[in-house]
Amino acid sequence: MKYIDEYRDAQAVKRLSAQIKKLMTREWTIMEICGGQTHSILKYGMEELLPAELTIVHGPGCPVCVTPLEMIDKAIAIAQQPNVIFTSFGDMLRVPGSRLDLLSVKAEGGEIRMVYSPLEAVKIAENNHDKKVVFFAIGFETTAPANAMAVLEAKRKQLKNFSILSAQVLVPPAIEAILSSKNSRVQGFLAAGHVCTVMGFEEYIPLAEKYKVPIVVTGFEPLDIMEGIYLAIKQLEENQYEVENQYRRVVKREGNRAAQKMMQEVFEPVDRNWRGIGCIPNSGLKLRSAFMAYDAEHLFRVDAIHTDETTECMAGEVLQGLKKPLECPLFGKACTPEHPVGAPMVSSEGACAAYFRYRK
Amino acid sequence: MNKNDQIDLSAGMVCPLPMSEYERVLLAHGGGGTLSHQLLQKMIFPQFDNELLRTEHDGAIWEVNGMRLAFSTDSYVVKPIFFPGGNIGELAVYGTVNDLAVCGAQPLYLSVGFIIEEGFLMEDFWRIVQAMKKAAETAGVKIVTGDTKVVERGKGDKIYINTSGVGLVYEGVNISPDQIRRGDKIILNGRIAEHGMAILSAREEFKFQTSVKSDSAPLNGLIAEILQVCPEISMMRDPTRGGISSALNEIARTAQKGIRLEEKQIPITEEIKAICEIFGFDPLYVANEGKVLIFVPPSKITQVLQVMHRHPYGKEAAVIGEVVDDHPGRVIMKTLIGSNRVVDMISGEQLPRIC
Repeated sequence: MKYIDEYRDAQAVKRLSAQIKKLMTREWTIMEICGGQTHSILKYGMEELLPAELTIVHGPGCPVCVTPLEMIDKAIAIAQQPNVIFTSFGDMLRVPGSRLDLLSVKAEGGEIRMVYSPLEAVKIAENNHDKKVVFFAIGFETTAPANAMAVLEAKRKQLKNFSILSAQVLVPPAIEAILSSKNSRVQGFLAAGHVCTVMGFEEYIPLAEKYKVPIVVTGFEPLDIMEGIYLAIKQLEENQYEVENQYRRVVKREGNRAAQKMMQEVFEPVDRNWRGIGCIPNSGLKLRSAFMAYDAEHLFRVDAIHTDETTECMAGEVLQGLKKPLECPLFGKACTPEHPVGAPMVSSEGACAAYFRYRK
Repeated sequence: MNKNDQIDLSAGMVCPLPMSEYERVLLAHGGGGTLSHQLLQKMIFPQFDNELLRTEHDGAIWEVNGMRLAFSTDSYVVKPIFFPGGNIGELAVYGTVNDLAVCGAQPLYLSVGFIIEEGFLMEDFWRIVQAMKKAAETAGVKIVTGDTKVVERGKGDKIYINTSGVGLVYEGVNISPDQIRRGDKIILNGRIAEHGMAILSAREEFKFQTSVKSDSAPLNGLIAEILQVCPEISMMRDPTRGGISSALNEIARTAQKGIRLEEKQIPITEEIKAICEIFGFDPLYVANEGKVLIFVPPSKITQVLQVMHRHPYGKEAAVIGEVVDDHPGRVIMKTLIGSNRVVDMISGEQLPRIC
């Protein structure tokens, strides 16, 4: 397949892995931010091809995983109301809330539909004027423009029955939270290629300078990830800390200005709770007051819902790269993809699910 | 009402409801993956327990007057009922024919049960019946008994079909997961994931332009020819719902043997690969309707492949893996980049109502 097979070429991957081995003179720890990268690393068994002195830790870049429990409880409370069609990406439906998950609400008779795009939810609202259609807007900067577009589209069509439950989050504040934590052992980052497709990578430059860490904007295929690791190790060995772009075939320095403009028009930054990590200042996006009419949290009065996490699950440490999934006592026992305790076991991008599926 | 109130004690002593994390049945319980497996293991197998059921094969096989009979059943709820490359009627005939064929049997007679929604177009029903007639002729089976029920509008989705079938097991053939041996090679008769992606392309919510067609086909002819040159085949299965990963995991678990796959040997088209990439499906988990996994002793590989390559449904047959003593109960695949990874059974539901 063009533009895919070239990046899964066994010989090229092996050549890079040999070069990484040759470069390394000491132990290093690198974090890949994005769950899509975590999934590729595990799916292609890439750690097998990397030197033992290199530790790869998995970051918080799985939107399903970091969406806080209380947000899922809010989604469930909305979905259980009469005359509501609750729409969401598929993975989110299986995340356990404190008592139920959305799929169980569906089995009880709630009208829940899986969609591939927020614009599908807008279309559902158009075709069901007697129902209130809510879209669960999760994700990083990658999904934010499409979600903003859905709100603008609903406004243009003067729909009165469409709203979003915003759980949008942002990458740079999360990187800063990890780097400023005194437990952090991360020495270099692979930044998420698709997030940077939208945002560009200028906002990472001050982070690299302040914390003296190399940040390599990296793609998702095995060869991309190998090259990202190679570039990060090369910088570490040479005592450099710059923002580098491995994913040049997609990412531009300034990103996608049109998408950024749409996001800024609709959303504004807000302090947000991350599942297992806690509150990170200015790390979320909420609808601006001009778009209040599309804010499900406000419309359905679920702001008061507050939920605490179970204490045994190590999702927080896993998401910060402090622990590997296999170190959690619940892994594979009380917590499996069929009966997840923590969100990283649910999403296909979650580190625990990837370990369970490919490494168990 | 608490859980215990739901148990009917009127018939005297009854078994308590088995512990489950779910109060209600989810779509994923019908997905052919881990939840389906758990439903069978917890609720069905222990209750109906007997020596035929215990083999966990595609059909039951028993002996009458020196002849071995095979018996199998399957229900079809595919949505949409007409899709590129087939329809629910044809699928219902070929599905049960194939389930019997992979038991090593010559399929003979089928029963058909229709559950039809009030208001269903007579013309569509006619098309389905015609398709079943043609499919039965093609596969060389007779539909000999049946039933029709109609439910109120809105209480069913157009039409559901159940077919059951009996067949005669070929002499000297003994197919069962516990027959597989270390060194057995695993042959797949062609390209994977075509049925699932054809259904996806026809779904209202996805609808996209593609030339992909369902691979729906009767496999009894191909299998009969294979068994003629190699009656020592230890195991066969048609990897439908849940894809080749679920079929191979089931076999590995039942046999307590390891299975090793070679990713680059698994036949798949560029178009299917691309659709799977876009929609986030793993082709190993996507349904097939005209595929069969065959476990062949290494000494017979050449003969079996020769026969298969001459047959229209086996032209692209390839050896995709083998049985090993390591990692019993699990499937490990050598990936395209040369590393190894576990191929697990699917846990949730990739696409409900695929067959």
